[in-house]
Amino acid sequence: MIDKKPATDFFDAPVIIDGLPPKEKRSKLLQALLDMDPDVSFEDPLENDMVLNMGPSHPATHGVLRILLRLDGETIISAMPELGYLHRGYEKIAENETYHEFITHTDRLDYLQPLHNNVAYILAVEKLLGIEAPPRAQYMRTLLSELARISSHLVGFGVMAMDVGAMTLLLWCFREREKVHDIFDLVVGARFTTSFTRIGGMGQDITDEGLAAIRAFIEQFPERLDEGERLLNRNRIFFDRCRHTGVISAEQALAIGFTGPNLRASGVPLDLRRDAPYLVYDQMDFDVITETEGDSLARYYVRLREMKESVKIVHQCLEKIPQGPVHAHEPKKVLPRKERIYTRMEELIHDFMIINDGVDPPSGEVYHAIESSKGQLGFHIVSRGEGHPWRIKIRSPSFCNLQALPMLLKGHLLSDILAVLGSLDPVMGEADK
Amino acid sequence: MNDLQQSLVDSLRERFGDSVEEVREFRDDVIVVVTRQAVVDVATWLRDNEHCPFPLCEDVFGIDAWTRKQRFEVNYHFFSLQCKQRIHLKVRLEESDPAVPSITGVYPGANWYERETFDMYGITFPGHPDLRRAYMPEDFEYYPLRKDFPLMGIPGSLPLPKRG
Repeated sequence: MIDKKPATDFFDAPVIIDGLPPKEKRSKLLQALLDMDPDVSFEDPLENDMVLNMGPSHPATHGVLRILLRLDGETIISAMPELGYLHRGYEKIAENETYHEFITHTDRLDYLQPLHNNVAYILAVEKLLGIEAPPRAQYMRTLLSELARISSHLVGFGVMAMDVGAMTLLLWCFREREKVHDIFDLVVGARFTTSFTRIGGMGQDITDEGLAAIRAFIEQFPERLDEGERLLNRNRIFFDRCRHTGVISAEQALAIGFTGPNLRASGVPLDLRRDAPYLVYDQMDFDVITETEGDSLARYYVRLREMKESVKIVHQCLEKIPQGPVHAHEPKKVLPRKERIYTRMEELIHDFMIINDGVDPPSGEVYHAIESSKGQLGFHIVSRGEGHPWRIKIRSPSFCNLQALPMLLKGHLLSDILAVLGSLDPVMGEADK
Repeated sequence: MNDLQQSLVDSLRERFGDSVEEVREFRDDVIVVVTRQAVVDVATWLRDNEHCPFPLCEDVFGIDAWTRKQRFEVNYHFFSLQCKQRIHLKVRLEESDPAVPSITGVYPGANWYERETFDMYGITFPGHPDLRRAYMPEDFEYYPLRKDFPLMGIPGSLPLPKRG
């Protein structure tokens, strides 16, 4: 039996919502939503608030995010994101695989920028092992990371623009992204799930043909980006929907754990490429982009301008990339080359040991984080000296960024969810692990 | 250990005395093991100290050490924007009483991390405003990242929808 009483005053009377199961039968998620402190009050047009379930299968939720909303008319009183619809247990899987085997799984974390995940993971493993890839491999990683960042940001703001009604930009962004993927196809051998890094090096060397393709792309890209920018920057509808939407101050953003473009849009110049340099970023000349408003529009601007910085970095990498090997000389840790496995006994033994038992790292704990296009992507590895990790914790930026959603949405209209969510640019593969 | 890390560890030792159980170093990372009673105070001090404040809580996560004594660990990563420095706190817990005071009062962003830790290890965080499972269904009975939970899962623990 559902008891029904009009909720006259929101703050005095306990709110009883039509059509809800009695308290003892409600799910914890629903109860948490209802218990949230709604410190916004509005005129009550329907004399009732409504619980609306958005997702998990909704075209604008960027995957399978479920948001439970408590609405007053069209105004959001409180929102509760619910995760786990894409939870595949990668941290558990990692404990049962060798360090090399897990590389392929990192592709599936943030599936818009697999190369970043490969690089982040392998840098943590190399830190654990105490080895470093040779300079050419470092440059390749930097170069390809920045291309991955461009590809990820293209989807990020293309989809955001589509969510608020500017369809053309998405198609233009995907056209450019297709070119990046063609480059990956040429360099890596796979368009999407790259798995390109190896412990102490890369899967294969980059050819001159590959470098020429990157150069050709990067030379025409700024012009294409300007085209897209012109399309959006003078779009009144886009501006009105994004400006002052989902505002978060610098202090709040830090407290809630924002990183990456979302944090920089609030005016905090934290960029691990500059603040804790890895790879060859300390030799690169680029600006850390910040905006001060902290709204959806600022987050869009940060992504847009970051792509231009990425272009700068790619140009510098192409100029500076040295000749040389792409594998470190660490016979017991780095996979030997195939032609040597077939012809030499030592390499055959090492290959057999590395594939079957895994590399033998020392016991200890390391954490290494990189600046991915979503924010700070870190891997914490606990090793007990075995070929497989004892524990891997993935510090995924999308998970932390989504945490701010209830705060950002409170008091906005239902349709603003799209502008806010699109500007946060979450990827559920990463948030759910 | 560089000078900054050394001075940080020294001031932590001076300020909290016996609450700092152990300081370890591996590959230039410093791990400070503290007692669970002190964790909220240490976090508050780290956030508010003048010398090198840590305003960003990067991560909270559990580890199942699978030992007879002090089976569980809860780990914290904090980052200082001013000193460009990271610090790693660790709390060790007995299997019989896996609970750590929540640091959500100090770092609101720790909310979901602690939920995830609870979901994966069953470590509770007294003082947490909304300690629900983060990934697994609400009625799931097990804690999947514990070492005694099999990789293949437990048959019947996640009921599938009935056929037509």
